[in-house]
Amino acid sequence: MSDLSIDISLIVNGETVNERVDARKTLVDFLREDLALTGSHVGCEHGVCGACTVRVNGEIVRGCLMLAVQCDGAMVETIEGLSDSGEVADLQAAFEQRNALQCGYCTPGMVVAAQELLRRGGVPSREAIREFLSGNYCRCTGYHAIVDAVEAVAQQRAEGKP
Amino acid sequence: MKPAPFAYKKARSLDEAVSLLAEKDARLLAGGQSLIATLNMRLSSPSLLIDLNGLNGLNGITLKNNVVEIGALTRHAQAERSEIIARHAPLIARALPHIAHPAIRNRGTIGGSIAYADPAAELPACLLALGGEVVATGPKGARRIAAEDFFKGLFETALGPQEIVTAIRVPAAIAQTRIGFAELARRHGDYAVVGLAASARAAGRGFATVRLSFFGVGATPLRAKKAETALERSDVDAAVAALDLEPPDDVQASGAVKRHLAGVLLRRVAKQLTETRL
Repeated sequence: MSDLSIDISLIVNGETVNERVDARKTLVDFLREDLALTGSHVGCEHGVCGACTVRVNGEIVRGCLMLAVQCDGAMVETIEGLSDSGEVADLQAAFEQRNALQCGYCTPGMVVAAQELLRRGGVPSREAIREFLSGNYCRCTGYHAIVDAVEAVAQQRAEGKP
Repeated sequence: MKPAPFAYKKARSLDEAVSLLAEKDARLLAGGQSLIATLNMRLSSPSLLIDLNGLNGLNGITLKNNVVEIGALTRHAQAERSEIIARHAPLIARALPHIAHPAIRNRGTIGGSIAYADPAAELPACLLALGGEVVATGPKGARRIAAEDFFKGLFETALGPQEIVTAIRVPAAIAQTRIGFAELARRHGDYAVVGLAASARAAGRGFATVRLSFFGVGATPLRAKKAETALERSDVDAAVAALDLEPPDDVQASGAVKRHLAGVLLRRVAKQLTETRL
């Protein structure tokens, strides 16, 4: 049946992409296998761990809970795009300085998710940071350093941009 | 794991989606936040996914004739930002932040949560607590189904094989409306071990009516009617004693623990019911 694979056209990190994909291919597998954007990680593959977090049309989603075909016409941003544009440079620096990562597997998803919270502006409470990141698992750090890093960047940004 | 192969069609109209549903093992794709997880784990392997995203007219939130109507394709995040829901359906507003995590609420839909009918999910319980109804369209046209009649069993609803949820409707809150919501979960955003959604109508110092809808304690959200009657007499101890839930053991807790926790939540929610003024 022809509907098993479908032509899609989308924008990924600012570049137009035209590909034919299997209907069953998830967005994160498409990004990693077809576009070699391996910064988005595959963890649990059922929406629990958050390692595959990417942005679609400006909002964070689980890359494992969206199909690539659903992104026809969409604008997708991955950790590679957010890194290249410098949008999350301060978050990445703070993660490094505060040891908010050890193995680093969760870090791309964690940074993309944290950026969504910080984009809302203001300095969220530590509780709000924990709650917002509750959908992103880290098995190394115990989260404390991650909350420190996100809080520090929120404060920096609030001071830097009145 | 990866999903087994399936075909994919983006529905161009509701009618087209209804007729595509006649195909054997076809499934609807809305937010996909439960469906795609089950596909990845090969707990389900449909032959065809009918993508409803992109259908017009199914994602509005309106207040009309004292009824709040929420279109089935409304995302949880969109509902969270809605002024109409915050003001006129405050129980739903209270429950929404408990549903999964921001990245999932950006995709998950109100209609999907209702049609999936997870026994530990928040929105089915809210719909039942509010005495709301489900609007569905099938080959014979549209119909409304009361929440009481909609949730039939474990992940089982009153929907026919070719019916699609298009909206939910709940009575708008009035001055006497009181609401309460509490759930216990291992981690914020997880499915509840036990949860309780409640609505009441205040009368004097007490209540004229109380509706208690527990979730995570059985195959569907469950009213606790004896406890409601006791609470209408403002007797919280009697309400807890009258809880006649028999939750089965599950991976999260034993039935006995759940029964105990249901009483704890009932006390918390009873307090909320007397405190909230809208």
